[in-house]
Amino acid sequence: MAVRRKTAYEEWATRYRAGKRAPKESATTISGVPIEPLYTPEDLADWNYNEKLGFPGEFPYTRGVYPSMYRGQLWTIRQFAGYGTAAETNRRYKFLLSQGQAGLSVAFDMPTLMGYDSDDALSQGEVGHCGVAIDSLEDMETLFDGIRLDEITTSMTINSPAAILYAMYIAVGEKEGLSASQLGGTLQNDILKEYIAQKEYIFPPEPSMRLVVDTIVFAARNMPRWNAVSISGYHIREAGSTAIQELAFTLADGMAYVEASIKAGLKVDEFAPRLSFFFDSHIDFFEEIAKFRAARRLWARLMREKYGAKDPKSWMLRFHTQTAGVSLTRQQVENNISRTAYEAMAAVLGGTNSLHTNSMDEVLALPTERAAQIALRTQQVLAHETGVANTIDPLAGSYFIERLTDEMERGAQQYFDQIDEQGGVLRCIENGFFQREIADAAFEFERKLEANERIIVGVNAYQEGEGAPVPTLRIGPETEAAQVSRVKALKARRDNTSVHNRLDELKTVARGTDNLMPPLLNCVRAYVTEGEIMAALKEVFGVYREPILF
Amino acid sequence: MVQTKHYRVLTAKVGLDGHDRGVKVVSRALRDAGVEVIYAGLRQTPEMVVEAGIQEDVDAIGVSLHSGAHMTLIPRILELLKERNASDIVVFGGGIIPKDDADELKKMGVVEIFGPGTSLQTIIDFVNSGFKAR
Repeated sequence: MAVRRKTAYEEWATRYRAGKRAPKESATTISGVPIEPLYTPEDLADWNYNEKLGFPGEFPYTRGVYPSMYRGQLWTIRQFAGYGTAAETNRRYKFLLSQGQAGLSVAFDMPTLMGYDSDDALSQGEVGHCGVAIDSLEDMETLFDGIRLDEITTSMTINSPAAILYAMYIAVGEKEGLSASQLGGTLQNDILKEYIAQKEYIFPPEPSMRLVVDTIVFAARNMPRWNAVSISGYHIREAGSTAIQELAFTLADGMAYVEASIKAGLKVDEFAPRLSFFFDSHIDFFEEIAKFRAARRLWARLMREKYGAKDPKSWMLRFHTQTAGVSLTRQQVENNISRTAYEAMAAVLGGTNSLHTNSMDEVLALPTERAAQIALRTQQVLAHETGVANTIDPLAGSYFIERLTDEMERGAQQYFDQIDEQGGVLRCIENGFFQREIADAAFEFERKLEANERIIVGVNAYQEGEGAPVPTLRIGPETEAAQVSRVKALKARRDNTSVHNRLDELKTVARGTDNLMPPLLNCVRAYVTEGEIMAALKEVFGVYREPILF
Repeated sequence: MVQTKHYRVLTAKVGLDGHDRGVKVVSRALRDAGVEVIYAGLRQTPEMVVEAGIQEDVDAIGVSLHSGAHMTLIPRILELLKERNASDIVVFGGGIIPKDDADELKKMGVVEIFGPGTSLQTIIDFVNSGFKAR
């Protein structure tokens, strides 16, 4: 019998276990993926460079969507901001632009996100609190006053009423003398993840999907610089999912939009190049990097092989990243600066195209100007001092990173199969599959924390040393009062016959199958408010109630 | 200590935001700890919460808010409970609520506000001790 020689790996493993310091039994990523103490060439035995990675700017884009990545152009620093009235937010935008920010990202308040005017009874106490209050084109004009819309790009985080805010943005451009084709930006407009995670749904899934598809069709035909949907994993992750769930559910949503758009008569290459994505960057450094790399590779293959896309731009997964709000702690608030910095670095090593870094105080309230500036400076330090932008995809070829990237891909593929078996994304929303998977993962995370199996500094370890309380931004009741009188005055002043007629026209189109963007544009141009438009659409589409699960 | 009383708690998201991770995790932890939990769901108005609390004969109402509307909506719940002679129902809360606001809400009669990072055990102990403030 031949004596098999010990491999170098086995020899090391023996020494590892026999060492004076007994190694920890097991380790996992924050999402529960088992992590070995060491990775070696054996982990990449059948691994093929060209198949798995290729070159930056080439299929399957694992190493990045552009050939030159950050050597050519740094990621876009895009800080999400908005609070109070349109005039207050306009001042914050001008400040951010003067500080070197290249694009705007609008945060709307809850009534705007849920389609209520500021003078609605349900808006009481909510106006201007977690974003800016926008009721009509008048507010949108104020929001972008003095800002040339053809010189910036704007991202708008809004979903159920997205088509209305999109129409308002186009109408502001018209007032500046710009055609829709000159405007660049992104609409979040990802309704599927609202049912799955963020829960800002209004209409039932089918008419909601129609609204999304109508904006995709409108953008594909009229606005070559516009991303009609930002397919978002961020909210799925913040609701408590694992990294693999975030990756899988987001790409599954993406496939659902692709299929719906093809069904609406578009060719895949007509719209797929303008689909964009939005991910979370959580605190588990390497897992996040692997997730971003796997996302690009998975999407490229799906688009080329499953949907037959021919245009390389259709294969590219371009994405925005935000650091994990859920990882911030109320305890020892300043620690959040370092958490955010690590998360930002993971996003950059994962090849993000744009980035928002959270402010340390967002666990308490909207950020103060000071905290927002530190968050912005965190990205600038990363970009200009650390050198991480000098080499493209610098972790490629790492046994660990490549193995973990493969694991992410495999885990996502398993979820795709499960979703298909249940009949697709809409069925999985209705039967509560996504919601249950996320609730289970969130609960498991808290359980580990309670059991001290996972440490959060300042929360279940190193609790001493609470710093002085940090100041928080206050939105006074006068903001709400001012906005309520502004919208009331507008409703009294405008041509209400025209308002009435345009709402009738909108309802007629909503009952049929024509694109809703033209009648929506007519409504906003006549200063019909967001709440009025949503009420009209609710009459036609109805409202959705979710199954309650916990 | 022998625990004799099983408490009934209504949990709800009040206001317009949809951040339900926290309220669901807390609801599940309380249920696992033997508390009877009724989770009312999202976008509950103060009127709906008070009505459900009285109908379900609960010992406490736990509300979660992340939208910044807490200084309008939570006092309204207290006021409605008083109007309905149901001030024996304890009110507690959680979410994104700055400390100064939490202090003021406690002065108005809210028993406890649990911010992000509160351990589940703290909330379970709070309920099983008969809603004693920390």
